[in-house]
Amino acid sequence: MNIQEILIRTLIVLIVAPILGCIMAGVDRKVSARLQSRVGPPLLQPWYDFRKLMCKENVVVNRFQNVYIVFYLAFILQSLFMLVFEMDLLMIIFVYTIANVALILASMSTGSPYSRIGASRETVAMLAYEPVLVFFVIGMYMLTGSFNINSLNSASGPLLTKLPLIFVAMLFIMIIKFKKSPFDLSASHHAHQELIKGMFTDFSGPTMAIIELSHWYEYVFLSGIMFLFWKQNIVIGTALSLFTFFFVILIDNISARLSWNWLIKFTWTVVVGLSVINILFVYFYKLRLY
Amino acid sequence: MSSIMSRSPWLVHVNANSCNGCDIELLACLTPIYDAERLGVLNIGTPKQADIMLITGSINYKNMDVVLNIYNQIPNPKVVVAVGACACSGGIFHDCYNVLGGAEKIIPVDVFVPGCCPKPETIIEGIAKGAAVLDKKRLEMKKNR
Repeated sequence: MNIQEILIRTLIVLIVAPILGCIMAGVDRKVSARLQSRVGPPLLQPWYDFRKLMCKENVVVNRFQNVYIVFYLAFILQSLFMLVFEMDLLMIIFVYTIANVALILASMSTGSPYSRIGASRETVAMLAYEPVLVFFVIGMYMLTGSFNINSLNSASGPLLTKLPLIFVAMLFIMIIKFKKSPFDLSASHHAHQELIKGMFTDFSGPTMAIIELSHWYEYVFLSGIMFLFWKQNIVIGTALSLFTFFFVILIDNISARLSWNWLIKFTWTVVVGLSVINILFVYFYKLRLY
Repeated sequence: MSSIMSRSPWLVHVNANSCNGCDIELLACLTPIYDAERLGVLNIGTPKQADIMLITGSINYKNMDVVLNIYNQIPNPKVVVAVGACACSGGIFHDCYNVLGGAEKIIPVDVFVPGCCPKPETIIEGIAKGAAVLDKKRLEMKKNR
């Protein structure tokens, strides 16, 4: 990788990613509104929200909560950097997990019962999705013989053809990760009565703005993970990411929120089951992409 | 740059012994017919992220501490919109023994939305006017810093 390419990729992470994430968040709200036969906010509404939150006073409950949120942003950024620079996928998943742990610590530190409930539920959600992410990495390793993402460049075919069941499993994981119904139990926009704002109840002003910014980065990061299923062709890869995004929005609007025991039961049987079947298939038929 | 605040006013809705009439009309603002979200309005649950406090009902001695507590939790700049006759002046309950009579008795109110109960259109207009006040308050806050 020469200097020019490094510069371009850095710019993609620092400038293109937040803009893209902001537009994705706007499309999310617009499409959701249209699905509910509403007009919906302008496309740039997330940006207006962000700008407003930056101007608000910062009310702090615990003096460590903002530090944790900065960690959250830093590790999300770090994982996106590693993804764009095509580094070790296993390491990316670990760095991404640290980001989520920072978020959980932040909402635990505020002490409000609502953020406590949200944080506990997010811990349960991590328990649910983490194995599938690791199965995805294992599947990639078995097919390409390397954890490095750039080994996909020289692979003889896309991951999707050999890991179709893991792709389906990852679709469900994306619903959890985008914090959408039916698995939006940690921080829902629609759960005022039981949860207020879940994990984000006690954050205000600029801290909330940083959380929103991290969400934009996270949207791009998750789309990037889905892009890896067909990394060889940029058009089909983008189509897969977009399909995932709109699938998540559609499911969000047609389903109700489930409880956390449902989440565990569903992921540890159906979703993990799908992944294990796929891994066993790859193992016994000795499928290779190199 | 003068419309930074008014593009996304987030509401926190406080029911201070209202009869639920105004609250139902307020929720009607968020339904597909009126859709206040097209103005960037969100009904946010927590006062710590809210900009506009929508208060309904004539306040009584039981809930005035709660109302004050919620008001103090909203970060500056903030605006209070009193919705309905009760929140404006006490309404038909103004001379009850247990009623303070209006939100203005304990917190500064910026916009009054009269009516018993006000139509959703009126409430949305009140929110829009409150959002304009938000912009002014932000500029004042900047000056005083």
